[in-house]
Amino acid sequence: VCIHRVRWCSSIRFIKSKYVCVFDKSALKFSHQQRLFRTSAVSYGQIVQFKLSDIGEGITEVTVKEWYIKEGDSVSQFDSICEVQSDKASVTITSRYDGIIRKLHYNLDEIAFVGKPLVDIEIDASKGVAPEEDVVETPPMSHEEHTHQEIKGHKTLATPAVRRLAMENNIKLSEVVGTGKDNRILKEDILNYLAKQTGAILPPSPKAEIMPPLPKSETVPGAPKDRARKIPVPVSRPIVFSGKDKTEPITGFHKAMVKTMSAALKIPHFGYCDEIDLSQLVQLREELKPLAQIRGVKLSFMPFFIKAASLGLLQYPILNASLDESCQNVTYKASHNIGVAMDTEQGLIVPNVKNVQVCSVFEIASELNRLQTLGSAGQLGTNDLTGGTFTLSNIGTIGGTYAKPVILPPEVAIGALGKIQVLPRFNGKGEVYKAQIMNVSWSADHRIIDGATMARFSNLWKSYLENPASMLLDLK
Amino acid sequence: MVLQSSLKNCFQLSCILRTPKAGFRSTTSGGLIIQSISNDVYQNLAVEDWIHDHMNLENRPVLFLWRNSPAVVIGRHQNPWQECNLRLMRQKNIKLARRRSGGGTVYHDLGNINLTFFTTRKKYERMENLKLVVKALKGLRPRLDVHVTDRYDVLLDRQYKISGTAAKLGRTSAYHHCTLLCNADKFVLSSVLKSPYTGLKSNATPSVPASVKNLFEEDPSLTCEMLLDAIAEEYATQHQIDHHITLINPADETVLPGINNKTKELQAWEWVYGKTPKFSVSTCINMVYKDSVLDVKVDMDVKHGRIEVCNIDLPKQWLPPALCSELVKSLIGSKFCPNETTTLATLLRVCPQDDELHNRWNLLCENMMMLM
Repeated sequence: VCIHRVRWCSSIRFIKSKYVCVFDKSALKFSHQQRLFRTSAVSYGQIVQFKLSDIGEGITEVTVKEWYIKEGDSVSQFDSICEVQSDKASVTITSRYDGIIRKLHYNLDEIAFVGKPLVDIEIDASKGVAPEEDVVETPPMSHEEHTHQEIKGHKTLATPAVRRLAMENNIKLSEVVGTGKDNRILKEDILNYLAKQTGAILPPSPKAEIMPPLPKSETVPGAPKDRARKIPVPVSRPIVFSGKDKTEPITGFHKAMVKTMSAALKIPHFGYCDEIDLSQLVQLREELKPLAQIRGVKLSFMPFFIKAASLGLLQYPILNASLDESCQNVTYKASHNIGVAMDTEQGLIVPNVKNVQVCSVFEIASELNRLQTLGSAGQLGTNDLTGGTFTLSNIGTIGGTYAKPVILPPEVAIGALGKIQVLPRFNGKGEVYKAQIMNVSWSADHRIIDGATMARFSNLWKSYLENPASMLLDLK
Repeated sequence: MVLQSSLKNCFQLSCILRTPKAGFRSTTSGGLIIQSISNDVYQNLAVEDWIHDHMNLENRPVLFLWRNSPAVVIGRHQNPWQECNLRLMRQKNIKLARRRSGGGTVYHDLGNINLTFFTTRKKYERMENLKLVVKALKGLRPRLDVHVTDRYDVLLDRQYKISGTAAKLGRTSAYHHCTLLCNADKFVLSSVLKSPYTGLKSNATPSVPASVKNLFEEDPSLTCEMLLDAIAEEYATQHQIDHHITLINPADETVLPGINNKTKELQAWEWVYGKTPKFSVSTCINMVYKDSVLDVKVDMDVKHGRIEVCNIDLPKQWLPPALCSELVKSLIGSKFCPNETTTLATLLRVCPQDDELHNRWNLLCENMMMLM
């Protein structure tokens, strides 16, 4: 088995000093022996029993709490194998060998014994093994080929010498930027990383142009050096994209959304959009905001939109109705439970303000505050999330003008509000003035709502908001 | 003044670290004392991780001093539902964190100090560390009756626990950390560390409850600052280093590259709740509906914090069977978490509307949430 390979000999001592590859006599002898060893009867697939090493403090038993690998997985030296616990200490056991896990000697929560086999590893003999204690000179590696270290699923390329260098300095290869071919990590990269690390726990050094270590081996093409040239020729390195597709099951919020939206599909939607001049409302809100603040309530535009909608629903109750499954009956809901779409970390939720028809604008604002606080803390109750009859979505707080909202069954209508923009408009005298314009997009169930009804409701809602004083006439 | 000197101290250290010469000898003796300027439990735990993973502790052990705003910290292999009152914690905005070391559950607030002793794996020695702490305390107040038990607890007056210990061992480095009660809120402590959840069966490490006392109660002149200082002084003496405390900011990426990722990992649901060893819930809810009390039997298996198996036994026809199975189907795969359960409320949308049904559904959902 004579293969032409360049030998990497590393004679590294425990005192972290030399990481230089040294060819010296002893190493040569060793390698000679190694070669002999290889050509002898030792075959691939030698199974070694990896024993649980001493934990310290005279401990003889530990409990296996978590396995990081399973039978059949391949491991590299220093990869984590399992987590064991003993008397308030949690210990990470790492592999001493490169190879494939063939047997786990314990199940979870079983007691493991120090000095007894923990796992069986089938060793890839050509790669060599680490000695009993991680202390002494290690046998020379015999490949030039990259030894892969799998760290959290990312394969990082590095020669054994470089890996040892990283190991001795407690550096995770996954956090080092590789500048070699195929993003291989070179010795220089480790040294650079080390230099940056020692800046740690210290006040930042003057040249603190820190390049955060990339978790994946990604490189970008070098920037064009000569800007004077018209067409810069980038000094590029091949772009390596090591991203992987990720599949996860749909649960929780997304599951609920899938169900709701699939049901919404059954509803034939039609849309109706318009533009509202909120100039007067903006002024009114400015006046009322401090008054609400004194009472401890944050006043946004939503309470006005909600109350105006409720006033509109009094005139057009069919928009606050519900169609039964068989489409035989329409139920006109007495309460106006107006839902407000809320964007949380977990996704879209729609709590509703109950009985808006008997609430004042201030009461609506106060209730909205309560729902918003609970919503962001993820503490909304089922009562807040059910029983809605009509919904408004203020997507404009994030952005956008016109939208195409989807009706939330069993409701029959929904409105999406765009952002408020300052735009030029003509007033009654034909003069241009600064107007605060917001767009609204309604969607309604065409099985029981017709375009005319939607348009008239929208006009009424619009008139209340464009001339807030008119709301006073119809307030109950 | 302290900061300047520690700057100098650290500079020397940094020079040493930069020159990997053969057989270097540290010109400053081994040791470093650092203190966190943050009270965020996740950030501080991230610092521990960072030091454990990145620092070379050979001949240079580190003492890390930190305090947290109210939080419950569970051990690596524990079950938060078994250990603490999650409901109460949510109401009071008390954070839940899972540390990487083993051991039991503790309550942190600003009246509690945390000490972490970092050493190489070979120099891992908990008893020595705790003896150091006791020596520091006795040096401060000679009449204090404090001693270390063989369970690595520190007891006051032979009765009250004032410190708990946990440790983490890696391949080349290790750390031992412990708490020290100076002036913590004992009332909140006892109420959050009592679990209201019944019917839980699990192999997670259980905590051993103990009576606690604050050092402040023994001697009202003691403050956290005094204790921190005394311990730092003793550590400095024993390691023959200057009594200088370097302040660190756990959010500073330039000093601790990669720290923010570690903090995010520790805050993630997958770590805090998802790492709970498999457990089962088997309980009977007494639901009060109108004039009657209904018995609902609930059985669930939870793995990685998500519901794997779910069985709800309702009185016959109380809810249409289709609806009930809809609920069960949706629960499976969801996180064992009240937020997730509220989304189930919206499932009602896809079913026929009926106020009575509505109320029953809500009641059931609310009760299910109470289990989480």
